[in-house]
Amino acid sequence: MAAPRRYAQSHEWIRLEDDGTATIGISAYAVEALTDLVFMQLPEVGRHVKAGESFGEIESVKAVSDIYAPVSGAVLGVNEDLPKRLESLGQDPYEAGWIARIRPDNPADLAGLLDQTAYDALIAKQSH
Amino acid sequence: MTDHLHETPLTPWHDAHGGRMVDFAGWRMPVQYSSIVEEHLATRQAAGMFDVSHMGRLSIVGPAAVDWLESLLTRTMAGVGVGRCRYTLVTTDEAVLDDALVSREADASDGTPRLGLVVNASNRERVVAWLRSRLPATGVVLADHTRETAMIAVQGPRAMEIVCGLCRPSDAARVGGLASYTATKASVAGHAAAISRTGYTGEDGVEIVVPVAVACEVWEAIHDAGRSAGLRACGLGARDTLRLEAGMPLYGHELREDSDPFAIGLGLAMSLDGRSFPGRDRFSAMRSQPASRVRAGLVFDSKRTAREGHTVLIGDRTVGTVTSGSFAPTVGTAVAMALLDRAVAVPGTAVDVLVRDTKQSGRVVPLPFYRRRA
Repeated sequence: MAAPRRYAQSHEWIRLEDDGTATIGISAYAVEALTDLVFMQLPEVGRHVKAGESFGEIESVKAVSDIYAPVSGAVLGVNEDLPKRLESLGQDPYEAGWIARIRPDNPADLAGLLDQTAYDALIAKQSH
Repeated sequence: MTDHLHETPLTPWHDAHGGRMVDFAGWRMPVQYSSIVEEHLATRQAAGMFDVSHMGRLSIVGPAAVDWLESLLTRTMAGVGVGRCRYTLVTTDEAVLDDALVSREADASDGTPRLGLVVNASNRERVVAWLRSRLPATGVVLADHTRETAMIAVQGPRAMEIVCGLCRPSDAARVGGLASYTATKASVAGHAAAISRTGYTGEDGVEIVVPVAVACEVWEAIHDAGRSAGLRACGLGARDTLRLEAGMPLYGHELREDSDPFAIGLGLAMSLDGRSFPGRDRFSAMRSQPASRVRAGLVFDSKRTAREGHTVLIGDRTVGTVTSGSFAPTVGTAVAMALLDRAVAVPGTAVDVLVRDTKQSGRVVPLPFYRRRA
């Protein structure tokens, strides 16, 4: 069974899978806040990213936002179809709307991210 | 941090209806309620209503009011009869301060001329200060009514039927028969209103000014009456994408203090011959010496958006700068307005825009991007 999701302050989620890789996306709250998504630049497969580094972008009618790597690691694959069906991000941000799969340099880094309770508290604060 | 912001009389409605409130030119305004794209398309297909109460509403009253404005505005007041509106610039000797809509209202009962000037929220205070500094000792009274009234724009192919349906029967035909850029007084939803056949979306429609006390009631009446026709409340986000598609300049973007109005397609706002107004000779020189860069439209192959300040290239040569850009919902792709070197500002020219270190390919097209069917 996959581990529970963890979250970055910048609203990416990450989930450690059974095979030691990790899946990354952006949270339902982030998708809802962006609205009117028009374009997505996926991360580059094969690239090594550092935690907090921008490795993709998501653009709405109003603005463009960076997608940041929640932890350091190598990008193994991306959700190639996602830019063509950005509505998946709104409908199913945690499964069909996944963005990238990475191999974390150190899976223990995930423990330093927000758990669901802490993330819920963060967005409760940001929505008020 | 928001307590210093101005609020419009409609702010409680926006808050209660999911408006995403942002600071716009010192006003707390809705950028959208749900989706900018949906609000935009509703305006193109049916109708959209917009709170534009942040726009500055000034009155100029007095026996010398017409002559005084004639000495200050780039557009002549000749021919601005009662009930007519006209687009103009407000200039100093050195700068373009704003673009504005001047209108002539019915004279007061003693025959005194009364005019209105609608200015951008972002420029209101400095325009008022500038106009005050030019007031004669007698003969003109200038007042800022922005905080005493609300302004509601209703725009789209079904806007007129919705608004006329709310007018007192004896007013409905007159409102429906308003020509473009004319105005009248009428009773809307039971309240006295000033209505002009004007807007900033590229659609047919009106802008309605009512006193603060009845603003919410009039707004809700329009919202209720228009719902079955597909009318939606729209935020400033849709207002911006609508005006961009319609190729309309926005002060602070296409139009700036140092702009050459002739280069950005505003030559029609410049009545130079036989007139005197601040900066007139400077603008006359601009007319006889065409600027090196002119305003042009760009469309892109992708929805990745060129935005203000991005560089326009042909090969590695810089040929211009983007002034506004967005995904254009009616066009279905990203578009932009840009200031381009005159030689390349020709429809069909292939260009690239540098969007965050990546070239985005596009081409020059004629403005506007969208024109409503007559």
